[in-house]
Amino acid sequence: MSVSPVDPATLAEAEAEAETRTGGDRPGTAGRFVGRSPGQLARARLRRDRTGLVSGGMLVFFVLVALAVPLIEWAYGIGPREQFQSRLDGFGMPLGYAGGVTGEHWFGLEPGLGRDIFIRLVHGLRTSLFIAVAAAVITAAIGVVLGTVAGYLGGWLDAVVNWVTDLTLAMPFLIIALALIPTLALRFYGQRDEVPAGFQIGVLIAIFALFGWTSTARLVRGQVIALREREFVDAARASGAGLGHMLFRQLLPNLWAPILVSFSLAVPAYITSEAALSFIGVGLTDATPSFGRMIYRSLDYLQTDPAYVFFPGITIFALVFAFNLFGDALRDALDPKSSR
Amino acid sequence: MDSPQAAPSGPPAVGPAVPGQRVDDEPYLRVDDLRVRFATADGVVRAVDGVSFTVRRGRTLGIVGESGSGKSVTSLAVLGLHDPRRSTVSGTITLGGRQLVGLPEKQVRRLRGRDVAMIFQDPLSALHPYYTVGRQIAEAYRVHHPRVGRRAARARAVELLDRVGIPQPARRHDQYPHEFSGGMRQRAMIAMALVNDPALVIADEPTTALDVTVQAQILDLLADLQAEFRTAIVLITHDLGVVAQVADDVLVMYAGRVVERGSVAQVLRRPQHPYTWGLLSSVPSLHGDADADLVPIPGNPPSLIHLPSGCAFHPRCRYADRTGDRARTQVPQLGPAGADGHLVACHLPPDARTRLAAGSPSERRMP
Amino acid sequence: MSVVEPLLRVRGLTKHFPVRTGFRSAGLVRAVDGLDFEVRPGETLGLVGESGCGKTTTGRMLVRLLEPTAGTIEFAGRDITHARRRALRPLRQDLQIIFQDPYASLNPRHTVGRIVAMPLQVNGIDPPGGVKQRVRELLELVGLNPEHYNRYPHEFSGGQRQRIGIARALALRPKLIVADEPVSALDVSIQAQVVNLLRDLQRDLGLAFVFIAHDLAVVRHFCQRVAVMYLGRIVEIGDRDDIYRSPRHPYTRALLSAIPDVGTLGPAGRIRLTGEVPTPLDPPSGCRFRTRCPKAREVCAREEPALVVHDGGRQATACHFPETGPLTLSRADAVGPGGAAVVGVADAAPPGDGADRVDGNAGEVAR
Repeated sequence: MSVSPVDPATLAEAEAEAETRTGGDRPGTAGRFVGRSPGQLARARLRRDRTGLVSGGMLVFFVLVALAVPLIEWAYGIGPREQFQSRLDGFGMPLGYAGGVTGEHWFGLEPGLGRDIFIRLVHGLRTSLFIAVAAAVITAAIGVVLGTVAGYLGGWLDAVVNWVTDLTLAMPFLIIALALIPTLALRFYGQRDEVPAGFQIGVLIAIFALFGWTSTARLVRGQVIALREREFVDAARASGAGLGHMLFRQLLPNLWAPILVSFSLAVPAYITSEAALSFIGVGLTDATPSFGRMIYRSLDYLQTDPAYVFFPGITIFALVFAFNLFGDALRDALDPKSSR
Repeated sequence: MDSPQAAPSGPPAVGPAVPGQRVDDEPYLRVDDLRVRFATADGVVRAVDGVSFTVRRGRTLGIVGESGSGKSVTSLAVLGLHDPRRSTVSGTITLGGRQLVGLPEKQVRRLRGRDVAMIFQDPLSALHPYYTVGRQIAEAYRVHHPRVGRRAARARAVELLDRVGIPQPARRHDQYPHEFSGGMRQRAMIAMALVNDPALVIADEPTTALDVTVQAQILDLLADLQAEFRTAIVLITHDLGVVAQVADDVLVMYAGRVVERGSVAQVLRRPQHPYTWGLLSSVPSLHGDADADLVPIPGNPPSLIHLPSGCAFHPRCRYADRTGDRARTQVPQLGPAGADGHLVACHLPPDARTRLAAGSPSERRMP
Repeated sequence: MSVVEPLLRVRGLTKHFPVRTGFRSAGLVRAVDGLDFEVRPGETLGLVGESGCGKTTTGRMLVRLLEPTAGTIEFAGRDITHARRRALRPLRQDLQIIFQDPYASLNPRHTVGRIVAMPLQVNGIDPPGGVKQRVRELLELVGLNPEHYNRYPHEFSGGQRQRIGIARALALRPKLIVADEPVSALDVSIQAQVVNLLRDLQRDLGLAFVFIAHDLAVVRHFCQRVAVMYLGRIVEIGDRDDIYRSPRHPYTRALLSAIPDVGTLGPAGRIRLTGEVPTPLDPPSGCRFRTRCPKAREVCAREEPALVVHDGGRQATACHFPETGPLTLSRADAVGPGGAAVVGVADAAPPGDGADRVDGNAGEVAR
């Protein structure tokens, strides 16, 4: 193949275009011929979005705090189960202003038991984030696998996946969670035994995973069906590509956008669900610090010690809000045509 | 600059050729220095930049250009369909004596559909899927004839469906768009456009989505209807063959500007602009030597955000260096090119252009 | 026909799509119904017809994207009609496809280098000099800057994207390429660039092509042999010059005369077909074209005409009453694709070939 019917004018034009593009957009950066991938473009759009930037910054902060819990505990010098009865008055209410906020106890103390709210909040943040992220990862994985396979292969497999999806959606989440969680605990640990925190967390993640995969599966299936009709898929098939190449090389790179968006919107949903389950008493117990338990306990003191409900309330609100805003910003950046 | 009286010297054209029919001397549509700009995240898009033309009743103007040349944006401006929040439209558009640009939306809406109607490329997306075709046509009629009753409107819709050649119009009246074939849908769209006897019809690529045998039927239908109703037609297309068949006058657009304008015979037979030469030589033909290579225009159409300096066509023009620096530095203005009413925007000296135009394609190709 | 063994031999190729309404089968769409044709090495066969004639389905069956319902496809002497993926692998390298839509046919998340290298990667081929070197060669071969290796499809124009698709099809050094409307989504000037590129590649690399198109003018410039399809059947097949000069099937004649030609100003005396293509769900009995044919008689409804060479013709025609004599398209004032080439003498130009020859050295431009 030595003969090359190159049109010099086309070449020259393409080069001129390359110059105007790189020159026009961001002068001087990246080599002359380094293109910008769709991912890079999305990142650039995200950087221009102020809401996305602020909410993203907040998320990074929350995640860093959750990761640094042992470090914080060491620096703060107080454990989540330490009780400071000496700082409570005769009625079990914390001494001082705003629920006992001092230089030593930044967010004050719990009425009754006298535990430090700040360190419990930090621990609760870690528990909640861990449960939510783990559940979101598992649901995304299940959803992506089932959605891709069902969408790409179609036929009876698609019918089965669809049927199971419909079945799962028809099951009432709250009722099953209420029934299942205590039953499981009873089955494995009996009436008397202390149920370990790891078991409770595991059960919560499993329950979320059981119910949460349907939306991702449906989303991915729809995307795959749309992609399947695109000619680049045919081009790969015409070259003899196997199933693995089709799914992982051709389809998956085009699915990252919806997967990321649904992931970033699933996490806050799980955070609130976990809080709700812990609140009604089927999630975590008091031994494991969590948002739901803290808010549940604080409700008794809404009148007498409003600061107690304020800190966990504002944190969970900020966390969920930041996640939702970031998810929206991510969607705008990844798929600029969807909005506006 | 403009000379609407200049009757083109071409062969008898579709509309006014009908014997005994009077042709208005006053153009029905007059567009002067039309500019349309869109603000986007990447910069300002000059979609249309100083476009002027006129159309008389009973005549067809073909607007030719490639994608991004501004031909569709021009037609949407005439209909007042640009969103004022995202675009700026300036210049004057006079429709039957009324100035359109700057008119309140309410009054523009009253003109739209009654005095000027539009035929789109894709009738399926232009027709509403949940209403019967007949109902949509009748609805379009009643909007501008509020005192007409349901029954009369229905009769009018059936009449129009019959007129555009749809068999069994009364039965077809009650069918939905998806029950129509592509060609029938386009006929229904034409019926809807004509229901209020508009003086001007804008057809944006009306036959591009159709097969050639059906396209031929639709073009014949448009010509028939024009002869009957003396409609002024603005036909937007990329297909020079369609223009040759139905247009009286031609406007060639490139990167938002008019590069050449004249009667169909002038533009297609004695083209004066290098871009028009390029278009004509790149169209494969049914005649001539089939083994010869086509002569394409090198390069790609420019981005409307970063337009080349001077003449927007100069990076693709084979003769740009014959004008010295002017092609790169000055925007060429539309000026007379020999024959009466034939205008061209090119820096090439008239005698050089005539020599090139008269020469063989091979000579034109080698500067 | 020839002593050369055909590269591709198709016998009785058929594709029926079942239509279901709910659980019940509501019939069959007879998209392709018994095709016979051959392609010799280095030959270009044009497959033309209107939408719904089955040309795209045929192309997809040839590269085994669709499973044929009946018939055989023989490639280089081997029956590949129902070959499995693994058995097909060595043949994949010889048989590639180019798609219509330059936007949908490239994976938006892959770099150009990855797209072009995909067939090599999938087939585990490591060319001498490495994959990267091969991709650079390919990009250069199709007229793209080899340094654009790391760019993404969205950074290219439609014409450039189509070149990327062509480079991908060439990666395995195929012997036959199925090109499914490769230029119909492109602007006129870009279309000519791509047609010239394909012609050069075909000549230089000795490729055979099955060129699927609805535009008969483009097919005339690219193909040595032409097959005209109507409703899932070939109605006429033969050498290009025979088909275009003296078509014998009434459908071929109507199709050719329906194309609006730049060279013919004003409405031409055309053969007008009435109606549209019937649904392939329930094709007419006997000759499928009879419902629109001006010459249809009683026998046409009863007997299906065979695709045979009739007296006085060289091409095979499936018609009971084939036409004779050359097709005269009204072109008293025709000009060639050179456009202005015959200024002044246009009206005196004889209807022969000489008047509108495009200069032979047009190839220069593309080199």
